[in-house]
Amino acid sequence: MSDIQPIVMPKWGLAMEEGMLTAWLVQDGSQIEKGQEIAEIETTKIANVFESPASGTLRRLVAKQGDVVPVGALLAVLAPPAVSDADIDGFVAGFVVESPKDADTAGAIAEGRMERSGRNVVFKAAGTQSEATPVVLIHGFGGDSDNWLFNIEEIAKNRPVYALDLPGHGKSTKSLTDGGLGELSASVVDLLDEIGAAKAHLVGHSLGAAVAFQALLTYPGRVASIVGIAPAGLDDRVNPDFVQGFVSAEKRKEVKATLQLLFADPDLVSAQMIEGVQRFKRLEGAKEALRAIAERNLPSGRQASDFRALANENRVPLLVIWGERDAILDPAAAKTLPSSVQVVVLDAAGHMPHMEAASAVNEKLSRHFDSVDRR
Amino acid sequence: MTKKSYRDAIREAIASEMRRDHRVIVMGEDNAGGAGAPGEKDAWGGVLGVTKGLQPEFGADRVLDTPITESAFIGAAAGAAATGLRPIAELMFVDFMGVCFDQIFNQAAKFRYMFGGKAVTPLVIRTMYGAGFRAASQHSQCLYPLFTHIPGLKVVLPSSPYDAKGLMIQAIRDDDPVIFFEHKLMYDEAAEVPDESYTIPFGEANVTREGRDATIVAFGRMVNLANQAADELKRQGVGVTVIDPRTTSPLDTETILDSVAETGRLVVVDESHPRCSMASDIARLVAEEAFSDLKAPIKTVTAPHTPVPFSPALEDIYVPTAAKIRDAVLAVTKGRT
Repeated sequence: MSDIQPIVMPKWGLAMEEGMLTAWLVQDGSQIEKGQEIAEIETTKIANVFESPASGTLRRLVAKQGDVVPVGALLAVLAPPAVSDADIDGFVAGFVVESPKDADTAGAIAEGRMERSGRNVVFKAAGTQSEATPVVLIHGFGGDSDNWLFNIEEIAKNRPVYALDLPGHGKSTKSLTDGGLGELSASVVDLLDEIGAAKAHLVGHSLGAAVAFQALLTYPGRVASIVGIAPAGLDDRVNPDFVQGFVSAEKRKEVKATLQLLFADPDLVSAQMIEGVQRFKRLEGAKEALRAIAERNLPSGRQASDFRALANENRVPLLVIWGERDAILDPAAAKTLPSSVQVVVLDAAGHMPHMEAASAVNEKLSRHFDSVDRR
Repeated sequence: MTKKSYRDAIREAIASEMRRDHRVIVMGEDNAGGAGAPGEKDAWGGVLGVTKGLQPEFGADRVLDTPITESAFIGAAAGAAATGLRPIAELMFVDFMGVCFDQIFNQAAKFRYMFGGKAVTPLVIRTMYGAGFRAASQHSQCLYPLFTHIPGLKVVLPSSPYDAKGLMIQAIRDDDPVIFFEHKLMYDEAAEVPDESYTIPFGEANVTREGRDATIVAFGRMVNLANQAADELKRQGVGVTVIDPRTTSPLDTETILDSVAETGRLVVVDESHPRCSMASDIARLVAEEAFSDLKAPIKTVTAPHTPVPFSPALEDIYVPTAAKIRDAVLAVTKGRT
């Protein structure tokens, strides 16, 4: 029986309670690999392909196209050919959905709030019972901690992981001192103080990577390593259409066009994703905060901060992950990095590889953390 | 952020605006309850409890219990708005509009136009509408088409707790008279609502589902039913876009026409009577502006042209349902290419 592996409905984000299996991309009986796209799943927030969490022979498709099932419910069963159909039947019949509420598992995500340095900052936390060096996920301009919905649980399997809403973003304080990297990186270190961590791996996406670089400059002892995903700070340029569009877009049509710049596949931008951005921008003070951060860090198509010299110094291990089809920050910038920096370019991804190629990114992250922690 | 009911979302919007702006006042029948009598104060907080707790916080000068004289207090609210306050008056059931309609359509709606654009009337009239409450024909109507007909009024129909809060704050800050329709069956529906203030602009539709085969335009409580129908149809392989205009005046015609251009099929869902309704208004719009996009006749799902029946069995048949919406979509998508 232990050879039988369940594939269950994933939990994409704190609010997800159920998901709809919109299509199977594989057939009963086929051999599948970990990371292979096996299904399309849709929640009220997002539609995306589901990458298999394991390898093996697909012996049973339990959920049917169009089924809406709770998080943790059985979608399919993997087992070697030697396992009998009767055993599979028994496994399916005896499968119990683990309720995410009472599950004290590593993947359970909690929401926290801290008030430090006059800022109210909200963050997500998972895997906190682990003793390993924690990971802090830092979203980019206009994002929030939900951008990591495909990554948090994977990372939490082996180490504590925290994802904050940067000041001016998400549920955090909208009033800013100046919106500069100093202010944003201070909130990351506030989070380390809040959780009592001496050091953390900082994973920054886009402008969040510049925040991580700034943290390394200002608080060198607090940074174990940096992962820059489509990182800012390594080039002079940024797509001004995105920055300006994100700040000024009001109507959903404009917001949609702006968000589509982020993804290699524009169909990934769902109605709920658009509404989510609009909900954020409607909050009192949000538009002013966005404008301040944009003017300070990404003025008229330029990047205000340059961390190429810092990247060359090799102070801490640095991994850079970029999408080949990134329309916001040009992945060509990765070519100028020294050989000490590990660079991964993913061909099917745009500016959001941690969402578009989550499984590949999660694997690179896991290897990176393991190798740094072993040193 | 926590889950809040439609009722609490509206109350939170009013309370936060009253804290922000001392000109905002609340008035209506039993808005607190108990005024002028011995015994409990704030006994009611409105007939279904929306304004409960406002009078203890803001006092009897800003949360007024009025006599049962709609013509007097709706008129007083219009006058107060024209002279510097920002009143939120409650017309308990929209069915009572008849006794105060002059104050609304011929006074408040016209001030801006009769005084050469120099007068503003920042008045909000909250009112309950809708069937399904077993309250018979005089307390169950959906009279928003009548208000939508009048230039000078803005008409708002929130379909969720999130929209209710953002649209109410927008209504209070708006300088024109706004009629804010609350469906009495929705007060206990709960959803995520931010604690902070936010506004949703009028005339900006929400798209709650996306699909390529048909467009549903639905109003107020009908949006939830349309979403249910769209979810069921999706499982059958029919993709439906659901548009919630949020406000009938102003109306976001662009989002509707863009979607019909994509799907070529339209179903309009409106809980009011079929004639001179939002359903007929949207059908007119699309027939006139997008006829060449249509691949099938437009369908409407509405209540019938009769008063709301008192019999529960008949009332259940009277109100549009998710099943009726689903069947209408299947009818327009039959044999689709």
